[in-house]
Amino acid sequence: MPSAPPLPSDSALTEHGLAPDIAAERVLVIGCGALAREILALKAANGWDHIALTCLPAILHTHPERITPAVEAAILKHRDAFDRIFVAYADCGTGGQLQATCDRLGVEMIAGPHCYSFYEGNAAFADRAEVTAFYLTDFLVRQFDAFVWRPLGLDRHPDLRHTYFAHYTTLVHQAQVDDPVLDAKARDCAARLGLAHERRFTGYGDLAHALAQGAAPGA
Amino acid sequence: MADEEDDIILSELETEELVLQMHDDLYDGLRDEIEEGVNILLERGWAPYKVLTEALVAGMTIVGNDFRDGILFVPEVLLAANAMKAGMSILKPLLAETGAPRMGKMVIGTVKGDIHDIGKNLVSMMMEGAGFEVVDLGINNPVEKYIEAAQQEEADIVGMSALLTTTMPYMKVVIDAMVAQGIRDDYIVLVGGAPLNEEFGRAIGADAYCRDAAVAVETAKKFIARKHNAIAAG
Repeated sequence: MPSAPPLPSDSALTEHGLAPDIAAERVLVIGCGALAREILALKAANGWDHIALTCLPAILHTHPERITPAVEAAILKHRDAFDRIFVAYADCGTGGQLQATCDRLGVEMIAGPHCYSFYEGNAAFADRAEVTAFYLTDFLVRQFDAFVWRPLGLDRHPDLRHTYFAHYTTLVHQAQVDDPVLDAKARDCAARLGLAHERRFTGYGDLAHALAQGAAPGA
Repeated sequence: MADEEDDIILSELETEELVLQMHDDLYDGLRDEIEEGVNILLERGWAPYKVLTEALVAGMTIVGNDFRDGILFVPEVLLAANAMKAGMSILKPLLAETGAPRMGKMVIGTVKGDIHDIGKNLVSMMMEGAGFEVVDLGINNPVEKYIEAAQQEEADIVGMSALLTTTMPYMKVVIDAMVAQGIRDDYIVLVGGAPLNEEFGRAIGADAYCRDAAVAVETAKKFIARKHNAIAAG
């Protein structure tokens, strides 16, 4: 069984991403820092030793217009060193710009609007059409303060909570793994936002399929 | 003790100083101080429209510019907006009584499938501040609601907002329905929201994409003036 490489802390993944592991692997996955733990878990579970992973800072999601240029820069930086590159981002608020850039550069990426959708499965997520759900993945539960609480200014102005969340009803924790500590933290996040809590186990959803299709040997 | 000495008594300020202080208080999102300042200016004989434009809108314009330039962020803008809203709620009934200028009428709402209304609410407030009558349809609006409201209210402008890339295509559904009913050219259609851009606005057949609330106001004024000119020439 291949062993998983040591994983940086979630704070490091949020602020700095992950540098590529440049072993003798031929496929580079350029992903969002919020997916690093899950991609490495899938890599280990499937024995995808040919895959190297580099991640951009997950916090780019608070400025989606910065994602496409950052991904393009990463592709241009690394593509000569690898036979193939796969982009582990969905549209992620780029309004089709990331897909257009990947098409132009001849690189595949994950289908779907965002990770909430592909973790659940794009078709199933679209069918649910949950307008009033606020989603957190395992990563976002762990990084709730960095992604939600502080950027929205709720640490400084808790009275703004109603302004942001008045129309939401439920915090849906899309769990990638079974972890009672994370479940408790997700319940706490829901309470802090004044929302009902729902835990929904998704596993890795379409991420596993997308990596198998886009980055597996001979894909 | 030092705090007491530093406290500014608004009612003791000269009017010019008071207005500048209100700009600062708006910037800092101080709701109570804005309410107090508005009442003082009214007591000093300022017309409600003058209070609105010179104390509130001018202050909020500074906030908007600093947001655009990356100096202020969303939470601070929201606090400023809440303070301005408090001041406006004092002025609104008075504006109606004193015959403030009317620029035109706008129907605005967030599109179907989308519950985000922060940007839309800012646009509504700034449009009202600029003298537009605003009919706010709220969130999650189907095409029928936009068209029915635009017709019933005899609106000049239809405004649509979306925060999600998954919901912004619905704006085209609304515009296509207006075209199909032969009423598209009866309205100025303005669109906005974080994931939109000018190219998207053009592609769906809107009259303009508005990057922020200040741009929405300027764009609306420009289109209304153009409409009036066309009628005058007509």
